[in-house]
Amino acid sequence: MALWRPDPTFYPSPKMAMQAPAEKLAFIALLNPNNTGKPDALAVVDVGPESSGYGHIVGQVDMPHPGDELHHFGWNACSACLCPYASHPHVERRYLIVPGIRSSRIHIVDTKPDPRRPQIVKVIEPETLAARAGYTSPHTIHCGPEGIFASALGATNGDGPGGIFVIDHDSFDVLGKWELDRGSQYLSYDFWWHLGLDTVITSEWGTPNMVQNGVNPEILLKGGYGHKVHIWDLRKRRHLQELDLGAEYQMALELRPAHDPTRAYGFLGVVVSLKDLSASIWVWHRTDGDWGVKKVIEIPAEPTDPEKLPPLLQGFKAVPPLITDINLSLDDRFLYVSCFGTGEFLQYDVSDPFHPKKTGSVHLGGIVRRAAHPKQPKKPLNGAPQMVEVSRDGRRIYFTNSLYAPWDAQFYPEGIQSWMVKLNTHPRGGMELDPKFFVDFGDLRGHQVHLEGGDASSDSYCYA
Amino acid sequence: MRHGAPWGWVALFFLGAYHGINPGMGWLFAVALGIQEKSAQAVIRSIAPIALGHAIAIGVVVLLAGLVQIVLPLHYVKIAVAGALVTLGLYRIVRSRHFRWGGMQMGFRELTIWSFLMASAHGAGLMVLPVVLGLTSAPMPAGHDMHGSNPPDLLTGILATLVHTLGYLTLTAVVALVVYQKLGLTVLRKAWFNLDLLWAVALIATGAFALAI
Repeated sequence: MALWRPDPTFYPSPKMAMQAPAEKLAFIALLNPNNTGKPDALAVVDVGPESSGYGHIVGQVDMPHPGDELHHFGWNACSACLCPYASHPHVERRYLIVPGIRSSRIHIVDTKPDPRRPQIVKVIEPETLAARAGYTSPHTIHCGPEGIFASALGATNGDGPGGIFVIDHDSFDVLGKWELDRGSQYLSYDFWWHLGLDTVITSEWGTPNMVQNGVNPEILLKGGYGHKVHIWDLRKRRHLQELDLGAEYQMALELRPAHDPTRAYGFLGVVVSLKDLSASIWVWHRTDGDWGVKKVIEIPAEPTDPEKLPPLLQGFKAVPPLITDINLSLDDRFLYVSCFGTGEFLQYDVSDPFHPKKTGSVHLGGIVRRAAHPKQPKKPLNGAPQMVEVSRDGRRIYFTNSLYAPWDAQFYPEGIQSWMVKLNTHPRGGMELDPKFFVDFGDLRGHQVHLEGGDASSDSYCYA
Repeated sequence: MRHGAPWGWVALFFLGAYHGINPGMGWLFAVALGIQEKSAQAVIRSIAPIALGHAIAIGVVVLLAGLVQIVLPLHYVKIAVAGALVTLGLYRIVRSRHFRWGGMQMGFRELTIWSFLMASAHGAGLMVLPVVLGLTSAPMPAGHDMHGSNPPDLLTGILATLVHTLGYLTLTAVVALVVYQKLGLTVLRKAWFNLDLLWAVALIATGAFALAI
């Protein structure tokens, strides 16, 4: 039902969104990694420091079938609804679109009237997705000015090309494949856009057949995983340009464009370099009408006794940092970087995107380090900083510690004990772990986090 | 041309103002383009194509109605217009499909097209039509033939479109500049009422009005 006034969680500009009240609840995709026949779930965690339930799961909705592998998810509507050319500000931010990357099932979860008791109101079956869009393994969800956009890893046979499809934000029907001309694009992973420039950016991981049985060392050593980003015309739905990092840079994953719609740059995380196992952050940028990409951060691997390493890494005698997620504060000032291998979580001041300055570092978990949390300083943790979410005001950071079940098993063969933590940040840089906030997910594994009312990866804006 | 009742012209102006005040109809786009280029000049520059597109959307409907009147008595035209208005209004209440065309990088031509499409999709021209029909069907000065329907009047149609567009342009320009210079976009969060609902009611009301005149 349409609202009489704009949804109060919609903000015209990222600057205004930073004034939003602090979130009280977080939603987390939970994966059941054990073949016990139990389904994945969406959990609600209390993040209000004054609340008695602070740092605890206060609600949970189970998916109707086991084996989805919940991964990323997103809102039906957000601040992009205020965009002037196709405005529909009276749609409610209310439904979470929760895809299963393995099952290709997409769940529509209603977070009202009681956000602590979310309910599944519709399920889009994989057959419907395949018939309507020709895609499988839905991944990233973004609410756009014209509806809900989603990326998918592959075509219906499990190979490529993967791409983007659109879901109607009223009926939740899959409207179809987005691309009219995909040019040289074949692999797919993340996508986002510069709404002010009518430009879409997509990144590359691998097709479902390339990733669902774990990292394939043969493909990896040949440089066969994704190493390009693609630039598209949002309006014409056409491929414009590919930016190739070089096959040495394997898995160009998370895309974080500047939130300010007039800024023509963004950040890309690359998991691993074949040359020295380093991980890197790149900036794509537009200069004189042409797009380019440049490496701005390189994080080296840490040499280690091979006996401490899982079989996949023993031959390398080093722990790769493995940048698996990044996030950018709404003022485009601080970039957060998760290193799933070394267990480091980094903060950079990226006010000058081409010259980032490291302003903070926290260790937690890690393949070798097993760093503990201040709440239980003697208990070694495994898994490592992974899906990271930044509050709208930029003062609170949340992250979980699992990646993707088949890959978790290769980097943490003993099985990940999953948790979620919170960091408090300083306005001028620096951050520390909140000693009171440590969520243990028990038999399940936490993945992406989204915050009630929106966060730094949920909304896009048409006004600076 | 026939002058009709002065209230008709006033109504046309105010309908234009009503269309102009709707954020989705143009002023917000002008503000957005101003913010994008960080200049009030850009706000003003984008208002011209937006007003032109709106004027075309109105003019086309008025012209079409005029052509239909050549072959169809005014009475039937009114019934048809009323039917279309009520249907469109009800449809917009039941199923409000959101307009999807355009982007942030648009020149004069595309802004004109956008405004034309936006106004047409909302039935802006249709909403104005009953008032225009009221003007063209006003009693003829004494001595003229009084029976049968009046022939369509091109000049009245053009003037009606202009008066309506003047109301639209005035509100669009004033609101865009006040929001850009003074209020800022926070006003959107508080004052952007769901005019679509009100709009649907207005469509139905003017439909009823078309039958009454």
